Amino acid sequence: MLFEKETADFICGRRMILFVILMGLITVTGFYAAASGLADAIDSGSSSASFLFLKLFTVSANSIPSYNSLMALMGPFIGIFMGFDAIGSERAEGTLNRLVSQPLYRDHIIIGKFLAGLFLAAVMVFSSGLVIAAVGLIATGLVPTAAEAARLLIYLCFCVVYIGLWLAVAVWFSTVCRHAATSALACIALWLFCSIFISLLAGIVADALYPVGGGDMAALMNEMKNYTCEMNLNRLSPYYLFGEATSTLLNPGVRSINAVTMTQLSGALSSTLSVGQSMLLVWPHLTALVALTLAAFAGAYVSFMRQEIRAR
Amino acid sequence: MAGAEKGSPAVIRTEGLTKRYGELTAVDHLDLSVLKGEVFGLLGPNGAGKTTTTLMLLGLTEPDEGQARIGGLDCTRDAIEVKRTVGYLPDNVGFYSAMTGRENLRFTGRLNGLAGTELEEKIDALLERVNMTDAADKKAGTYSRGMRQRLGIADVLMKDPRVIIMDEPTLGIDPQGVRELMWLIRDLAEGDGRTVLLSSHQLHQVQRVCDRMGIFVQGKMIACGTLEELGRQIDHDGVNTLELAAYPDNVKLSGIIKAMNGVMDVEKNSDMYIIHSSFDLRRALSRELAQQGYTIMHLRQAGSDLDEIYRKYFEKEDGQNGTGTDTGKRRESKISHSESAL
Repeated sequence: MLFEKETADFICGRRMILFVILMGLITVTGFYAAASGLADAIDSGSSSASFLFLKLFTVSANSIPSYNSLMALMGPFIGIFMGFDAIGSERAEGTLNRLVSQPLYRDHIIIGKFLAGLFLAAVMVFSSGLVIAAVGLIATGLVPTAAEAARLLIYLCFCVVYIGLWLAVAVWFSTVCRHAATSALACIALWLFCSIFISLLAGIVADALYPVGGGDMAALMNEMKNYTCEMNLNRLSPYYLFGEATSTLLNPGVRSINAVTMTQLSGALSSTLSVGQSMLLVWPHLTALVALTLAAFAGAYVSFMRQEIRAR
Repeated sequence: MAGAEKGSPAVIRTEGLTKRYGELTAVDHLDLSVLKGEVFGLLGPNGAGKTTTTLMLLGLTEPDEGQARIGGLDCTRDAIEVKRTVGYLPDNVGFYSAMTGRENLRFTGRLNGLAGTELEEKIDALLERVNMTDAADKKAGTYSRGMRQRLGIADVLMKDPRVIIMDEPTLGIDPQGVRELMWLIRDLAEGDGRTVLLSSHQLHQVQRVCDRMGIFVQGKMIACGTLEELGRQIDHDGVNTLELAAYPDNVKLSGIIKAMNGVMDVEKNSDMYIIHSSFDLRRALSRELAQQGYTIMHLRQAGSDLDEIYRKYFEKEDGQNGTGTDTGKRRESKISHSESAL
């Protein structure tokens, strides 16, 4: 009931236009990048030519980023836009206390809001992904194999979870903050931190813990530790997690996501991974993303349930 | 409360209800009972704990001590059941501005399990009742405050509640709107047999509509009862005060009054005499003055007016807490005077 109303609200709202434009931009730019970059990709490295269809999502032209990296960057925006005033706007309009005095459990309100947002995100992501696939099919004449199609679908699910995470974070902020603007700013600050600053910070911390350079044996030994440490810190950020997971999924040539030494490589066959093996590789990422989403939503849920709802 | 024992059983009953916010005790051991079909007014200045009480009655806030029951249901434990039978009209009610009034009502109706033609008929009937049929299909964002309030009442009635709780229903509404609202509230109680609890700091408006009222100061209910009972509670402090104007207003008049049995003091206040006596003099005074050939132009017992009662209670309170807020209260009551005069 509430879910229906929230979904209807989203679709009828002016914000939906913004979502559609944003999603359309991601789709068009992503596709344009792929279309102009695809030929180069085939020319340069033909090793993974068998998975050309997936390249539609990962190839970037000179300055235009690929669909995948656009999604990693802009996906959070969609989630944040959907959620940042979920509770706040109800409070500001004075409808929240009317709503909580109706005979329905309070958690239905926040779950309804979250699910409606997630549902819409899923619809948008899948439609945009499938549009690219369809147009790519017609324009390039590439026919996806079953494995490619499976990878594509899993990839799109990842996108939905990723947007859902940011939606949950935004809903949380909207219950905590009194004003929608505060909540939006807080979300954007967190997003900036996760996508830009954490990688800088990770580098600094890793260098401090395991100094490299100097040329002696210890520094050489530290190299590996330094890299691992930096990567692990980076993985705290959903942005990095998402990027790593999706590039593994969309590129079957990726065989490992951790640092690999020469000894570990010896004897390995140079081939691509099957869907199942790729999934195995990114399973922790998926778990982490889902767990983060649930944690953020749990935060929103708890703070909303404990909140005293007064008149505006 | 004396009223609770006689007649129909109490619909709303609180026992030792207490809510603290850190150091501040917003509601302090409140014992309240409201009978079926009566309009009960919760009166007090801003910040007296009225809203907190209504929130606890609806289970929106958990009390720290004591309990509140509506129709035998515990307001904290059976909050959902309570909300099925209790309608709440919050102070400054809001609606989804992107939806029309009718759509807003439809949404509430569906939340309460109504559907189909039953729902539509109910919406039409309620819009008619609150006189909003013309504006029903405009966006709620364009409504004036009075319209929002009226739509709010329709919204509350969607679930056909046995108890209606209203928080400051008259705030910010023009006199005509207030009159209509008061008439509607009376009708809800008398016509439909619903119990109404309303909180307000606007005395005159409430005075007209309430059967009983409780005066609420700093989380405590310091007095409760009908208007007359409240007036009597004050008079039992020992002094009975009358206002008198009579014709001809000559020097002898004051002498006659002073000579009467029980009169303690007489003040002349422009065209009015203020008579302090040890008991109610109205009968004796009017007989005496009629015999002496006077015509009584005005005779009124001070304290029978809510404003007076209210002020007296604050004076008593101020006696304990210093006199800082006294003038403020007087000003407030003056304001409500002039409002009601409009």
